[in-house]
Amino acid sequence: MDLNLTANEQQFRDEFRAWLKINTPEEWKGSTSAEDRHEYIEYLRDWQRNLYEGGWAGISWPKEYGGRGVTLMEQAIFQEELARANAPQLIGTIGLALVGPTIIATGTEEQKSRYLPKILSGEEIWCQGFSEPNAGSDLAALGTKGIRDGDDFIVSGQKTWTSFAQMADWCLLLVRTDAEAPRHKGLTCLLADMRSEGVSVRPLRQMSGDSGFNEVFFSKVRVPASQVLGEVNKGWTTAITALMNERAHVGTGAQVVFKRNLEALIARSRTIERNGRPASEDPIVRQKLAQAYLELEILRLNTKRALTSLSKTGTPGPEGSTQKLYWSEMNQRTQQIAQEILGPYAQLKDFDNGLWEYAYLRARGNTIEAGTSEIQRNIIAERVLGLPKSY
Amino acid sequence: MDFDLSKPQKLLKDSARGFLGRECKPERVRELMETDTAHDDKLWQSIADQGWTGLVVPEEHGGLGLGLVELAAVSEEMGRACLPGAFLSTLTAASLIERAGSVAQRAKYLEPIATGELKATVAFLEESASWDVDSIKFKAIQGGGKFQLSGTKLFVSDAEVSDLLICVARSGKDGLALLPVERGAEGLSVTPTSSMDGTRKLCAVGFDNVTVAEADVFGADGDARGALKGALEVGIVALCAEMVGGMQWVLDTTVEYAKTRRQFGRVIGSFQAVQHQCADMLLLTESARSATYYAAWALTEGDPSASAAVSIAKAYCSDAYREVGNRGVQVHGGIGFTWEHDLQLYYKRSKSSETLFGDATFHRERIARLIVDAEK
Repeated sequence: MDLNLTANEQQFRDEFRAWLKINTPEEWKGSTSAEDRHEYIEYLRDWQRNLYEGGWAGISWPKEYGGRGVTLMEQAIFQEELARANAPQLIGTIGLALVGPTIIATGTEEQKSRYLPKILSGEEIWCQGFSEPNAGSDLAALGTKGIRDGDDFIVSGQKTWTSFAQMADWCLLLVRTDAEAPRHKGLTCLLADMRSEGVSVRPLRQMSGDSGFNEVFFSKVRVPASQVLGEVNKGWTTAITALMNERAHVGTGAQVVFKRNLEALIARSRTIERNGRPASEDPIVRQKLAQAYLELEILRLNTKRALTSLSKTGTPGPEGSTQKLYWSEMNQRTQQIAQEILGPYAQLKDFDNGLWEYAYLRARGNTIEAGTSEIQRNIIAERVLGLPKSY
Repeated sequence: MDFDLSKPQKLLKDSARGFLGRECKPERVRELMETDTAHDDKLWQSIADQGWTGLVVPEEHGGLGLGLVELAAVSEEMGRACLPGAFLSTLTAASLIERAGSVAQRAKYLEPIATGELKATVAFLEESASWDVDSIKFKAIQGGGKFQLSGTKLFVSDAEVSDLLICVARSGKDGLALLPVERGAEGLSVTPTSSMDGTRKLCAVGFDNVTVAEADVFGADGDARGALKGALEVGIVALCAEMVGGMQWVLDTTVEYAKTRRQFGRVIGSFQAVQHQCADMLLLTESARSATYYAAWALTEGDPSASAAVSIAKAYCSDAYREVGNRGVQVHGGIGFTWEHDLQLYYKRSKSSETLFGDATFHRERIARLIVDAEK
């Protein structure tokens, strides 16, 4: 056991930190609303292009596909450094973390050379078309059809909760191509052009007010059969590969954001009053802050253990579920603590720029997105503890 | 970065599990918890023969001189076996002697501790039952080349079987004295108190004009407070590791039961209400493990985060072990609530461990002092 960074890891961190110091753009101060979205998207694309040109995009990908082939530890360091530098989000994150690795694992040589470079450069943005109104946790129930017609599949149906769809060029789309087969065996993964005729996108407004995800409608959209990723009717395996990558991925970058948020809360507790004294002197407030702090610290440690275990086994496994379950519930508890300590101030949209109001509402979605807490517990029970399937 | 036990550490842990599986079966634990002392000479000697009583004692004093990660690995297995007796008490006392004792005192006590000849404990708590060193009221009166002790210490672990008892007392204006009192000293009386967890005996210790020569006091010319803090941190890490081992036993036993117990024509482990309890138990156990091994590593390395890490581990383990126990009993249903089922041993151990060296509330306040009060 040695929790110090190795010499290589330290060198990697220093190098990226130095690069970020020079290259991190000014924080986006403009609007992100629908009308002004174009400018914001260009800002994010520029940022990813800049990363790409510096050799910092898709660093976990093998070198032959334009990555750096870095270790899992270095990926975690990369995420930490991005968040520490307060760098903008990666607009191509679905492509980089989910679609790219899945194409590398199951794509043809043509698909690899066609799509991978543009994922890295941010020239093409991807979204992931999996969930549907009637297929959320039970993904295999999805009903969007892909019917073979000559050299094409004709796709009809609706996807939902699709992040980045409003700006995406491509979609990793899961459709039912064999309605007669058992549910898991009739699915196919397609690489679908979002500019095709018959695709329409409707942003969904979240309770926090922003529109992170969308509904996507497919009306007789033609997708060439050469755009199948993996094999026809074997799309479930491809989808699972992508989902494992998603769960393993989320959380590492968020941690530094959680930490910044908690530090801001601790600082606030010193200036806000409770019973005529700074709230930071109130024993109950102190208990709550300490609990939030220790839970976040344990998230950091759990992550380091999970990364060690992943480094030894190679592929993301069900451990991702324990991570997801922990951080999502932790963030909800912590945001509630912030609400308690700051009282009605925490609900104000112009107190700390609406940070607490937004963070509380946004946290509500954490236990639903990327697999609900219930689904994560099912996965832990079955795949880690070996209990029988419950459904 | 590698957050996993090394090969030798894993071997040590595996061999500890094998040894305790043979020497400390649940039937033996039950026999010992029914005694006044929970102590067994033969078991103690074989533990010493494994090298465990000297695991972190420096080699020059006959110990193995290993680090706290190794200690945690062995302690985890002790907790899994619910090992009764004076290991934790002796470990904490030895750590205090190592930090506060003179060369001669270290030589006098540490080697017999390593060989298993000497058991020891630290008498800290008083009526307030507070682990805050500033709440100690017990006074050591200095005069004529000696200290005089009169008063009572409470909740002293394993005092009845300890050959050496280190009394933490106030001396002078705001000084702290660590006074060694050997078994049988004139004026010393030990009364066992009957308590929930029979595997770890707590005693009331009376001092009626007990005298300790000035020359014998630990840390007389050094930092008694710092030594005490350091020794307690070692004790806390070992205790947290024990708690992790206990949680793992409860989790494993509960999952096993859920896989075999049938109701409504199917095993209860196929019901999500039961599965989700088990999933939460796993998350609590693994998080407690991360916190504990990190604290062990940070203390060994002298990392600046070590004190916070120790309190984080104890605060988390205190809540988590209790919660794992609650859920474990709940999944078992009626059988889990019986005297006959071994769950009760762990359920009670979780409670005594929760308060030992300070509960979650106590340690959260310590964390708050480090993170809220620290000037930015």
